[in-house]
Amino acid sequence: MNLMAALEQGLRSAVGPTAAWYALLAIGLNVHYGFTGLLNFGQVGFMLVGAYGVGISVSILGLPLWVGVIVGLLAAVGLALLLGAPTLRLRADYFAITTIAAAEVLRLLAISRVSTPVTGGPFGIQYNASAFFELNPLPFPGALTWGPFSFTRNQTWVLLVGWTLALLVSIMVAALMRSPWGRILRSIREDEDAARALGKNVFSYKMQSLVLGGVIGAMGGVIYTLGGATVNPNTFRPDITFYAYAMLIVGGVASRFGPMLGAFVFWFVLQSAQALARQASAADLLPDWLSGASAVGGTPFVLTGLVLMLLVVYRPQGMFGNRREMALDG
Amino acid sequence: MADTSPAAAALAGVDPRPGVAKPDPILRVEGVRRSFGGLTAVDVEHLEVQRGTITALIGPNGAGKTTLFNLLTGFDRPDGGSWSLDGRDLGRAAPHKVAQLGMVRTFQLTKALSRLTVLDNMLLGATGQRGERFLTALVPAAWRQQERAHTERAEALLDRFNLLDKRDDYAGELSGGQRKLLEMARALMVEPSLVMLDEPMAGVNPALVQSLLGHVTSLRDEGMSVIFVEHDMDVVMTISDWIVVLAEGRVIAEGPPEHVAEDPAVIAAYLGSDEDEDGGDASPGSDPATGGGDA
Repeated sequence: MNLMAALEQGLRSAVGPTAAWYALLAIGLNVHYGFTGLLNFGQVGFMLVGAYGVGISVSILGLPLWVGVIVGLLAAVGLALLLGAPTLRLRADYFAITTIAAAEVLRLLAISRVSTPVTGGPFGIQYNASAFFELNPLPFPGALTWGPFSFTRNQTWVLLVGWTLALLVSIMVAALMRSPWGRILRSIREDEDAARALGKNVFSYKMQSLVLGGVIGAMGGVIYTLGGATVNPNTFRPDITFYAYAMLIVGGVASRFGPMLGAFVFWFVLQSAQALARQASAADLLPDWLSGASAVGGTPFVLTGLVLMLLVVYRPQGMFGNRREMALDG
Repeated sequence: MADTSPAAAALAGVDPRPGVAKPDPILRVEGVRRSFGGLTAVDVEHLEVQRGTITALIGPNGAGKTTLFNLLTGFDRPDGGSWSLDGRDLGRAAPHKVAQLGMVRTFQLTKALSRLTVLDNMLLGATGQRGERFLTALVPAAWRQQERAHTERAEALLDRFNLLDKRDDYAGELSGGQRKLLEMARALMVEPSLVMLDEPMAGVNPALVQSLLGHVTSLRDEGMSVIFVEHDMDVVMTISDWIVVLAEGRVIAEGPPEHVAEDPAVIAAYLGSDEDEDGGDASPGSDPATGGGDA
């Protein structure tokens, strides 16, 4: 068994495009949950409308790719308004239930027979994203190989765009949260009645937060779909939202760069564990009750769960979180 | 103490009976009703509050004091009735509108924003902040100067409330009494014309009560009007210019402290409620510790 090889593979994945779009999802959740206290369990729904927005615009409507990206982001604004209007006045737990249900409705709708002419149903959408890859300024023609990293020229471009976007969005969110606008979001997280009593229109600010975090989530969906020039309906399962939550918590809720680092670390741990489990299974090192296709699939999650538990026990505020803030009762 | 305020002096000639008109009312309540199921929590036919005075709202437990507060500040919806602040109709206004119009409340259970610093708690109260708009928030140059002015005002208030050395602490790290002080100071950041304090002294240690009393009277001396709910009769008798007594949702008496203390209807309301509660735990008028014979 080769531990180094497994870790290298984990590192490769954690730098790759997937971790980058996860980071965007987690940054959006940080706006919702970390700063405003909105328990959004349907972040994957925003990712979905971002991805389908691009895919449908380009493949069905024949629009240019950049228009598709704008459509995807606007679709997230629409989803936030639609979702928020009836639910933001509800208590936090009802809001959580509604968001997870809405995301599932969107996924099942996209995959259904009725919408097949538009969404491609279970087959999803393939489209031409060459306009995006033509922008690639990287000088080398072949693959980038450096240490354990090895990415094709296109992959390198996607991951560069993805992580740069995540960094820029993190900086923008950090600046917003230091402003009086962000102060109102944080006060809503603490006690929305107190914010009301001081003359703040809580509903309006919750809506703005839902839109901002949702659009950031849709950016994740855009990066996801551009990377493969496809939309695969099976991607948008509820697990995605909960991975993004795990990343947010690992990195540090309400921290500035926690979601980015959390996405990197979580994906590294999960992918290393997966590589390790595959190796162990191939070498017949796993006991019978852990081998077999389904059991091997579960093992990495057990390992990842263990790492998360240790982290929460010894560093409950996450990697970049504020322990003093964490210790106070919300 | 009560006689020092000119506005209070204007109350001298007012006939102490429920629903009486005042010479210069800041708040005027007309027929406000609220019932929960079969229980009528609030049924105020007419009530006026004189500008520039400290008006105490007292009554036995369950008299509807907090419900009335919630209705007037928009946190609850009445079944009927109307009320106005400075002549402006407030019926059906959302809580944040009420606050923006100058009527700011505090809560019985203090709502310090725990994971915001003390200074951030204060700054939140300032109204008309340019940086509270999403797009402007992204351009610090557009709001930094205003923020600096608000910070100076906040620090002056914190200094007055003895909280200045806590400015960078989280509000959740303050003691219960300090949170009450912070909540009051924060309400002043809104620059209200009418401050509604729901049990400002509850759970505050006796040493701090004196300082809180001083702060409440200084609000009046600066020209603000204050309505407060309080159970401690010593406090009520000491600082109020006028007392309104609620029982079972109705105004059963109002008048200057010395008048209300002797009103038979008030004494009956308090003693009656004491019997209902079988040796009740918090009926204040008859609580020997807080002021035998006050009610």
